Amino acid sequence: MTPAPAEAREVVLRLDGITKRFGALTANDAITLALHRGEVVALLGENGAGKTTLMNILFGHYTADAGTVTAFGRPLPPGNPRAALAAGIGMVHQHFTLADNLSVLDNIRLGTESLWRPGAGLAAARAKVAALSRDFGLAVHADAKVASLSVGERQRVEILKALYRDARILILDEPTAVLTPQEADALFATLRRACARGLSVVFISHKLHEVMAIADRCVVLRHGRVAGEVDTHATDAAALAALMVGGAVSPPDATPGVAGPVLLRLANVSTTPEGEAVGLRAVDLSLHAGQITGLAGVSGNGQAALADLMSGLIRPSAGRMEVAGAPPKGWSPRRAVAAGIARIPEDRHKTGTIADFTLTENAILECYDRPGFARRGWMDWRRAEAFTRGIIARYDIRCPGPQARIRLLSGGNMQKLILGRVLEPGPRIILANQPVRGLDIGAISYVHGRLLAARDAGAAVLLVSEDLDEVLQLSDVIHVMSEGRLSPPFARGTMGAADLGLWMAGQGFAGGADAA
Amino acid sequence: MRLEPIANPTALRQAGLPLLALAATVVAGSLLALVAGADPFATLGLIVKGAAGSKFAALETLNRATPLIFTGLAVAVAFRARLWNIGAEAQLYAGAIVTVILGTGAIGSPMVLPVTVLAAMLAGALVLLGPVLLKTRLGVDEVVTTLLLNFIMLLFVGYLLEGPMKDPMGMGWPKSAALVKEARLPRIVTGLRLHWGFALALIAAVAVWLIQTRTTLGYEMRAVGQNIRAARFAGIPVNRVLVKTALLSGGLAALAGYSEVAGLKGHLTKDISPGFGYTGIIVAMLALLHPLGVIVSALFVAGIFVGADSMSRAAGVPTYIADMLLALALLFMVLAILLTRFRVVRG
Repeated sequence: MTPAPAEAREVVLRLDGITKRFGALTANDAITLALHRGEVVALLGENGAGKTTLMNILFGHYTADAGTVTAFGRPLPPGNPRAALAAGIGMVHQHFTLADNLSVLDNIRLGTESLWRPGAGLAAARAKVAALSRDFGLAVHADAKVASLSVGERQRVEILKALYRDARILILDEPTAVLTPQEADALFATLRRACARGLSVVFISHKLHEVMAIADRCVVLRHGRVAGEVDTHATDAAALAALMVGGAVSPPDATPGVAGPVLLRLANVSTTPEGEAVGLRAVDLSLHAGQITGLAGVSGNGQAALADLMSGLIRPSAGRMEVAGAPPKGWSPRRAVAAGIARIPEDRHKTGTIADFTLTENAILECYDRPGFARRGWMDWRRAEAFTRGIIARYDIRCPGPQARIRLLSGGNMQKLILGRVLEPGPRIILANQPVRGLDIGAISYVHGRLLAARDAGAAVLLVSEDLDEVLQLSDVIHVMSEGRLSPPFARGTMGAADLGLWMAGQGFAGGADAA
Repeated sequence: MRLEPIANPTALRQAGLPLLALAATVVAGSLLALVAGADPFATLGLIVKGAAGSKFAALETLNRATPLIFTGLAVAVAFRARLWNIGAEAQLYAGAIVTVILGTGAIGSPMVLPVTVLAAMLAGALVLLGPVLLKTRLGVDEVVTTLLLNFIMLLFVGYLLEGPMKDPMGMGWPKSAALVKEARLPRIVTGLRLHWGFALALIAAVAVWLIQTRTTLGYEMRAVGQNIRAARFAGIPVNRVLVKTALLSGGLAALAGYSEVAGLKGHLTKDISPGFGYTGIIVAMLALLHPLGVIVSALFVAGIFVGADSMSRAAGVPTYIADMLLALALLFMVLAILLTRFRVVRG
């Protein structure tokens, strides 16, 4: 199946010279992009490169300062969210917009049914959905409630929803972030079939190997500009990475760690699920000194509960937790800090820092009342500021100074301050929850380097990540989490991405999916 | 039109906009006077003169500002920690009741002054303790509980003044017996109608400022107010901090009742507070919750009330203009705060 050269085919979507400024920041700078019929174009770029802004302009959520959008030869009126839909452009967001309590068919029809006779056309709709799911290989049960579907199935419903509305251009925003590797492969197969039938796809991602696997062409954004446009058959991942960051990138040199004694042990530990979140189910985990233990899994499978438990926010409802060989007396964030656990939280903006506090005030959040920083209830701000200056220097934080508000810092510099705060006391155990999410490549390699250095200094590191590559690259031991259960440990090099993917999908766990 | 956040507002923006808000208040006030059929310049002039034009007027303004500084501080402290204490009125009356109980002869001099101050603060603190415990234990909204306590407390005071605390020599009026001389706050300068309550208010403002900026408790209170989730994650004992904040806030509000009874009136009536607890919210907001700013905004608010009283007698414009001026000042100030942090963009 060799398609005709892209240039020979009809241009279905054209973005021409799109420019959007937010104050001093130019989020999109004269971006030009053409999408042909039946092709997959990847929009590749780091966080903050301007991908989301561009899509918001396409869908009329923002108005561009300059430039035009043309779909199927007709200009789209700016600032009108309905125009893009009417022109046949469908979008599948990272976070799905489905009603859990409705069936698949109802979700797909929602908003298209007649106001006067809501039941009319049900049979026709069912037939259309059946035809679409057969043609595009999107197998879902039309009468199943969405609540009972897996994440991969929900994504299929979202795609069907767009196709049902006669979308001829499909925009997928980071579609694989919530999928196992096997589910991602299934998605790619679907996209290829769809393209063969004349659909055009814009695939937004920052994962290089996926872009290489699915896209025909790749448009790389950097700092709001088109850094390059390449044919994926004529390039490789390293070249794309260099385009993305504007220079060559070297992966961290992760030599294996030397396992020491167990510093944290969970034996048969369960936690109470909170609301929709998944709790831990009879988890056995040992964190060894001098090792990075990677925790892989699709997000929302109990990683948050494990992180909360190690952070001191929740306690086990059953089972036994031992920190440094003994069950802790009482368990709270304060006790966790006192027990030598460095906690890098998942959300550095909402949990890790206080936006309107200065760097100094943020640096001492966990130690403000320790001797040295406070005496009889009075703060010693000079000591606190000296401490912060030390962190700024040692962790290479780019900032106006210790008195600057932390909200002015970039994500990478914010994360460096958190690293400094938790690593300065020389922790024995480190919980790194999504430590590089949303960071640029420079900051990522810095954070990874620090974690490896802490490991080599004898700390036991738990690395929680949704990025399988990150887990495989850094971990000495890997566990997989699925529906609150933890897999046995796998040593470095014994498992590939595909093997882990099966565990992520819930296979291999003793007792099956409904063991509680 | 949309609002776009400003990352780093300039000093000019931060200082200029509040001044602009003040100017807008003056302009709007002139229009109000015009509507009332009076010369706007003369009206505003009379307000200023009535508030600060003579020694008597200035002292009257300081006296009126005293309870407002206390209630303003009470609100500022609580709001800083995102504890929405709308009940300064109830805490004020709690302080006033205790002042009367202890000040009408229950305790002999010379201990009566310090003991009464501390007991009044404790009473106000306890009034807010209930709502804050309901909030931290059961998640009950403190806006509702503190607001409703105001009415309960006012009815309770009415009962006391008609019953157990009624002055037997009071010719049947619903008022308490008078404080003994030793329990009264003396005047700062003999012969001038300004009592030590004002000095106490200034001391309280400085103390609150020191607590907020220099102590671990102040740091904790600000952290809880700015981001309760991050504070809890970092190990700050959030509930304990909220209880401490409530005790401090309630105690400060009670000092308003104490100083009105012991400094100004000498006895308790049902109307010692014409809404000082509620006006304290305006005072605190105008001061952007800064404890030292509370002094300035309390003087401003008191000046408008006192000045409008005297202007009304001279110019025939109703005193309601004072309430309207305050409401306008608050609205303009809130707008100014918004515009220091956001700019309005079209499209």
